[in-house]
Amino acid sequence: MEAVQNFMELSKQVVGFIYPNEIDIQWSILIVVYPYITGLVAGAFILASLVKVFNVKELQPTYRLAMLTALAFLLIAPLPLQLHLGRPERSYEMFITPNLSSAMAMFGFVYLWYLMLVLLLEIWFEYRRDMIVWSSESTGLKKWVLKFLSLFSTDISEKAVAFDKKTVKIITIIGIPSAFLLHGYVGFIFGSIKANPWWSSVMMPVAFLFSAIVSGIAMVMLLYMIMVPLRGGKIDMKCLDKVASFLFYTVIVDFSIEVLDFIHRLYESEESIKILSQLVTTKLFMSLVVLQILMGMLLPLGLMVVIKVFRLQEEVRKLLYFVCGLLIQLGIFSTRWNVVIGGQLFSKSFRGLTTYKMELMGIEGFLVALALLIIPFVILSILIKLLPPWKKEELAGVE
Amino acid sequence: MDRRDFLKHFCWVISSGGVLGGVSADAWARMLNKTYDTTKHYYGMGIDIDKCIGCGRCMEACKTENDVPAVPYYFRTWVERYVIKTDRTVSVNTINMESDEPGDVLVEKDVLRSFFVPKLCNQCDHPPCVQVCPVGATFKTDDGVILVDSKRCIGCRYCIQACPYGARYLHPETRVADKCTFCYHRLVKGLLPVCVEVCPKQARVFGDMKSIASPLGRFTRMNKIHVLKPSLNTDPKVYYANLDGEVN
Repeated sequence: MEAVQNFMELSKQVVGFIYPNEIDIQWSILIVVYPYITGLVAGAFILASLVKVFNVKELQPTYRLAMLTALAFLLIAPLPLQLHLGRPERSYEMFITPNLSSAMAMFGFVYLWYLMLVLLLEIWFEYRRDMIVWSSESTGLKKWVLKFLSLFSTDISEKAVAFDKKTVKIITIIGIPSAFLLHGYVGFIFGSIKANPWWSSVMMPVAFLFSAIVSGIAMVMLLYMIMVPLRGGKIDMKCLDKVASFLFYTVIVDFSIEVLDFIHRLYESEESIKILSQLVTTKLFMSLVVLQILMGMLLPLGLMVVIKVFRLQEEVRKLLYFVCGLLIQLGIFSTRWNVVIGGQLFSKSFRGLTTYKMELMGIEGFLVALALLIIPFVILSILIKLLPPWKKEELAGVE
Repeated sequence: MDRRDFLKHFCWVISSGGVLGGVSADAWARMLNKTYDTTKHYYGMGIDIDKCIGCGRCMEACKTENDVPAVPYYFRTWVERYVIKTDRTVSVNTINMESDEPGDVLVEKDVLRSFFVPKLCNQCDHPPCVQVCPVGATFKTDDGVILVDSKRCIGCRYCIQACPYGARYLHPETRVADKCTFCYHRLVKGLLPVCVEVCPKQARVFGDMKSIASPLGRFTRMNKIHVLKPSLNTDPKVYYANLDGEVN
């Protein structure tokens, strides 16, 4: 009876006609969290690769932080997927009997490739020397944890360290296409659904990728601005300006892609245009027009232009960068929301709109989603404690 | 074990795996009826819009036959009522859906045309649901029916997203994807799908596309046929006669 009542309530919010089975939103807030998290991973890694492959020296202070951020978020990335399954106890089947024609079946393999062969390996080579040194300096549990993490290697000769550096560079070169694959692939999961005109677009993987880079860079920028003072250091303004610069350019590219997609849809004006316009102007107005476009993209873009045009003081710049970073996170999260939830709010009969009522407590509810967004920061703080991204001299601002 | 032995064993395991895989597509039918040969049939359904009177018996019978949840949403088959008014506005609703709202009261002179459209899984020849299923739980049988292995489905709901016709839902009790099977358990015993069986107007016609003499063969010869959303290239095997262009 409860189910019937629930349906009756939902059906009151349906506008027009929907197929009866469409009353349920299939992919909930957890599937919004998933591409947001993998986006941060891919974006943070791309920022890190700017240091190692493209030799952008100014960004060096963010390199290790970016790698640890990517790892912290990647460790949590499969959780929202696992939790949303109807039968989570069967998820292993995706590894043992993958359907090769399914984009989703590749998730496990792409994920493991990225985690094991890119992130963990690169971080290990990057920190190997330091882990050996730190373990010899510390005592008790920490000594043994570091020894274990360094896989009991002991060689810190110049030759070995040079080998580490070279390997890190090679892994990063492999890592860039892998990061593209990780997130472009998430875009493909949506973009390849021809039944859904809101998703079905060749631009989807590209749009996902650039929004990922935007969110990842903005997240590392925010974390850098928070963590360095917390660890008693001084923010390197050259580095921060450079990060913001890259952020500015990627936001422009991302925005251009979104605008292109919008104009293209409007100009082609296919069968679905009426229902999609209705969707955008009613159910998605707040999250798409206000949060994603105005607050999450145009406002930070404007602020960054102001920073670039007027030579503002250091403190003002820091404040504005911080605000931009926060707004961009809000914007990209809304982007994910608008893709995932927005794509399910209109009927495939193109004759009506349904509604999404988010649970608070349930396994696919708001609190679980919030927890999934907080856990990576807890993991990151442990990682930073164990594997400090900055040495004391760096924190003091000495080169 | 030397290398030669290893290769021999390896080839044996691989080839036997292939045989087992081949058998399993057929195993469903064999499980239900040992003498049934899947390769001898290829099923489809015809629906004559002009014959449907919207009585909803097919919906009821389907729910009972296939243990579809009794709540007003979730259907393996349902019937839509289209009313196209003289001002060219279209209003659509699903019949027999309990609703607090009073239905449209229509004056005859305002109605341009009106009809019922029975809907169900289109058992596509190029099924997008089968393509996207990450674990291969949704598959096409040799006789052309799309089934879900409820013991393998992980409940990811990608197939529900990929279906252009809204024919799938997540079963609230089993937590796996569910949909019309053309009453496969009846087909292998030589019976008709239950919706076809109970239709008082024979608006639904079922048959074997491999046989020119089957009722479906005759139906597709005698009528102009249209399928739903042909532009998506899914090749539905549910064929509509007298379908209105407004229906999607």
